Amino acid sequence: MRALHIKLLRELRRLWAQVLAIALVMAAGVATLIIGVGTYQSLERTRALYYEANHFADLFAGLTRAPRPLLDEIGAIDGVLAVDGRIAKLALADIEGLTEPASTLLVSLPDGGREPLNQLYLRSGRLPEVGHATEAVVSEIFAKARGFVPGSHLRVVMNGSLRDITITGIALSPEYIYAMAPGETMPNEGRFGVLWMPEKALAAAYDLQGAFNAVAVKLLPGASLPAVTAAVDRVLAPYGGQGAYGRAQQTSNAFLDSELTQLRGMSSVLPPVFLLVAAFLVNMTLTRLIALEREQIGLLKALGYSSWAVAWHYVEFVMLIAIVGTALGYGLGIWAGNGLTVLYARFYSFPVLVFSRDPILYVVAGGITMAAAVIGAVRAVSKAAWLPPAVAMLPPAPPQYRQVLGARTVVRLALPQTWNMVTRHLLHWPWRTIGGVLGMAFAVAILVGSIWSIGSMNFTIDYIFNRTERQDATINFLGAKPVRALYEIGRLPGVLAAEPQRTIGVEIRSGHVKRRVAVSGHAAGSRLTRLLDASLVPVVLPPTGIVLGKTLADLLGVRPGDTVEVTPLEGDRTTRQVTVTGLVESYLGLSAYMELGALNALFDHAPLISGANVAIDTSREAELFAALKATPALGLISLRAVSLERFRETMAENLFVMIGVLVAMAGVIAFGVVYNFARISLSEQGREMASLRVLGFYRHEVSMLLLAEIAVVTLLAQPIGWFLGYQLARGMVRSFSSELFTMPLVVSPDVYVYSSAVVVAAALLSALIVRRRIDRLDMIAVLKTRE
Amino acid sequence: MIRINCRREFTHSLGDMSQSNVARSAPDTAGAAPPTTAAAPLLRTSKLTKIYRMGDVEVLALDAVDFSAGAGEFDVILGPSGSGKSTFLNLVGGLDTPTSGEAWFLDHRLTAASESALTRYRREHVGFVFQFYNLVPSLTARENVRLVTEIAHRPMRAEEALELVGLKERMDHFPAQLSGGEQQRVAIARAIAKRPDLLLCDEPTGALDSATGVVVLEALTKVNAELGTTTLVITHNVAIRGIAHRVINFANGRIASIEANAHRLPASAISW
Repeated sequence: MRALHIKLLRELRRLWAQVLAIALVMAAGVATLIIGVGTYQSLERTRALYYEANHFADLFAGLTRAPRPLLDEIGAIDGVLAVDGRIAKLALADIEGLTEPASTLLVSLPDGGREPLNQLYLRSGRLPEVGHATEAVVSEIFAKARGFVPGSHLRVVMNGSLRDITITGIALSPEYIYAMAPGETMPNEGRFGVLWMPEKALAAAYDLQGAFNAVAVKLLPGASLPAVTAAVDRVLAPYGGQGAYGRAQQTSNAFLDSELTQLRGMSSVLPPVFLLVAAFLVNMTLTRLIALEREQIGLLKALGYSSWAVAWHYVEFVMLIAIVGTALGYGLGIWAGNGLTVLYARFYSFPVLVFSRDPILYVVAGGITMAAAVIGAVRAVSKAAWLPPAVAMLPPAPPQYRQVLGARTVVRLALPQTWNMVTRHLLHWPWRTIGGVLGMAFAVAILVGSIWSIGSMNFTIDYIFNRTERQDATINFLGAKPVRALYEIGRLPGVLAAEPQRTIGVEIRSGHVKRRVAVSGHAAGSRLTRLLDASLVPVVLPPTGIVLGKTLADLLGVRPGDTVEVTPLEGDRTTRQVTVTGLVESYLGLSAYMELGALNALFDHAPLISGANVAIDTSREAELFAALKATPALGLISLRAVSLERFRETMAENLFVMIGVLVAMAGVIAFGVVYNFARISLSEQGREMASLRVLGFYRHEVSMLLLAEIAVVTLLAQPIGWFLGYQLARGMVRSFSSELFTMPLVVSPDVYVYSSAVVVAAALLSALIVRRRIDRLDMIAVLKTRE
Repeated sequence: MIRINCRREFTHSLGDMSQSNVARSAPDTAGAAPPTTAAAPLLRTSKLTKIYRMGDVEVLALDAVDFSAGAGEFDVILGPSGSGKSTFLNLVGGLDTPTSGEAWFLDHRLTAASESALTRYRREHVGFVFQFYNLVPSLTARENVRLVTEIAHRPMRAEEALELVGLKERMDHFPAQLSGGEQQRVAIARAIAKRPDLLLCDEPTGALDSATGVVVLEALTKVNAELGTTTLVITHNVAIRGIAHRVINFANGRIASIEANAHRLPASAISW
């Protein structure tokens, strides 16, 4: 090994704590990059492969009923590669061990051969045998939650009659990677499942022999989605077509899209912050190291080493730090990435989901980190390496300090001289001070930018479950019923109050923008279900016009007074013009509301309702469920309490894991910045501190010099960090928001308090570690030598 | 373990001069006598010994030194490098603790004092001046002095201390803006501003040229004369010996001899 390399390794060993602190910040950068991009890649690539291998369709449409030969007509549309007609029906299921009824989606399997599109991936067991009307394959997540294995039984109400179904296998489908019951806001693991059954069985049960009520289409490469959509709509219109839609609006696919957007947001914000801080720390530490080794640099050059050789020596030093940081980051990233993948696998059903092993990702993460380190080193190295050896061997000119307020200012602050030392030292190295403040501010910002989402989640829960949808349960009929059905519900045991609701699927359009949404009709004075405006004041549904959720209104670019076009997906499919008469806040999905009477009038319906929101006497819940199971024709019930619990669990698991990781990483930044800052400050002022000890200052008084400096930096960082954190939260709201979910930007004061507390604690910890070095200052050695 | 005994190598060449008797006898020449001669000495050491351990090597830096100095004395300590004079100064200044032996400041036993008691001792009673000034670069001359006056019991004003060393005009300059001699005078002002009982100077002129060094020595003798501060000045510059009441010669970790000056020279009469 060459002498310079031995020097390098000894230098690393001597400065191990500072090196480790920097390496940890780098590791955080590498890890966030690997976690973010790796998870993104895993999900994205796995999904693409899955879609490809299992022939996931490009276009979907529901209809009332159409004869099978119509599929040939669809197949003949220009741009269509393949078409699949299926029967899909929602049905109630009675499951042992579950008091309330569960809901299932029954999907037909072709009787001979494989399904042409949206092919199943059979995890275990076998497909139902042709002609066995009571066999079904069940979706994996539902099976896991309910403990189904091939051979298990469940009872399903098919078109009014209860059937005992035998599970023959457990399967996954690219169509239901993220499976959610219609009308729900969250996947409901144990209460919603997909059952695939032989077509003959479903056709017989629902009187759909030789017919289908759902269609999936695969496009030729390069085919125009809007053109095919329009053509399919034309073909299906006479058969009660409910409007074809592409993958972007297919629930499962859309949820994955929104997840991918979030991951992309995370990996574009966090890693740069960590790498920036790491570059700053490298710069700060190396500048000091080189200042201390100035004479050695002169000596090396006098011995005949070139400037480049000297520069390379220090670049190698930071590259070694980067290598340590990258290695730690790989480990951390792979570990957390694998953990996150396991978590994802609980919500998203993939045949296989493994964390990205793409070597390019790891090479790029390492390369970027190396680049950040070297960039951080450039200034420090270039200043010293090109000094003429004779100059380098002389001690540097003493630092020139200035009076903070000028020597002759009128006001002389009667501050102790130690405070003068602190302020002047901080001001003497303005860039380092600014860097330290910004580094700490980033740590605060990362905390604010992650902790706030807990408050936001609680706000969302409160908003949805306590302020707007205050019903205990919603009963959805399997089709519209006359208003008197409400009385039927009112008479059910345990029902304290029932409010009517009518939901109509429509395509809403303004200009070129159109979306498929459900318009909900409520009675004007509904007390269980309320609408709120931006300032949380209840909005009474006006007797005419449509009230839009803010997300939808923004999407369509309309405001109250504007007109939108509304086309029902069922029935006459005639377009109506409706005036927007109000806006309400909405966080989940795209929403539109009308007063029940106005809704019915608009669509020329007789007074119909599609369900009811009910308040329940919880002590009589069991009776109610029994009654509902006994009269399956009444419809599906979804319980708010269960939804709330699931919502909390889902959000909490995702959030807390992510926040836990981020809090740790912010702590690493705060610790790394303060530790290096303090060590360098101590290295520069060690001599002065020893002098003060000689002059009779106690240890704690001398320590105050350093602690005060850190305190100033930490304090200055707080408001900047709060501001940056708020901006981060805003950016998150913007990048995370999708048509499915909007985060309310609610940052309460305690978010700032917690964030600052974490950073201050990390700063204090590193300051106390450095303080021990002050106690060990060798007064005599310091005073006997010239710096 | 290797023990290096510096003393043994030089004992014969220096003869058998017993230092302890001489040390206890106060100089009796009237003109050179210190302003006050206390019955109990201000500073006293008994068998003060310091052994440094460096790895497996032990170095006997100070070998059972007995010494005493009365209030108001101005003593110059001479000796070659490694003779133990700095070690001695550090021990009596409370910067270090001896391996054995005792040191007393009035009736306080320094050798039994805790770390924090030694800090208090330095804070209240001792002023230090070093070869390399050790000023705080981020504080002006005045502020460097204030650093001490802010924590002392009955200090003089910072301006007063600076005036005493002839730096009244330059007190708002930072150390980097002052010459070496000026910086050393700031260090002296900082050391005496607390009105210490004991002023310990380790090579105060070591980094200075003759003319500047004389100015610094003038400041030291002036302080000694006007404030009655007991002053110990370490140097290996023999030319300085003339300004002292007594000259203590260190060699091999021991006091080789003590001479009293019959006539003190003013600092201005010295050059090197």
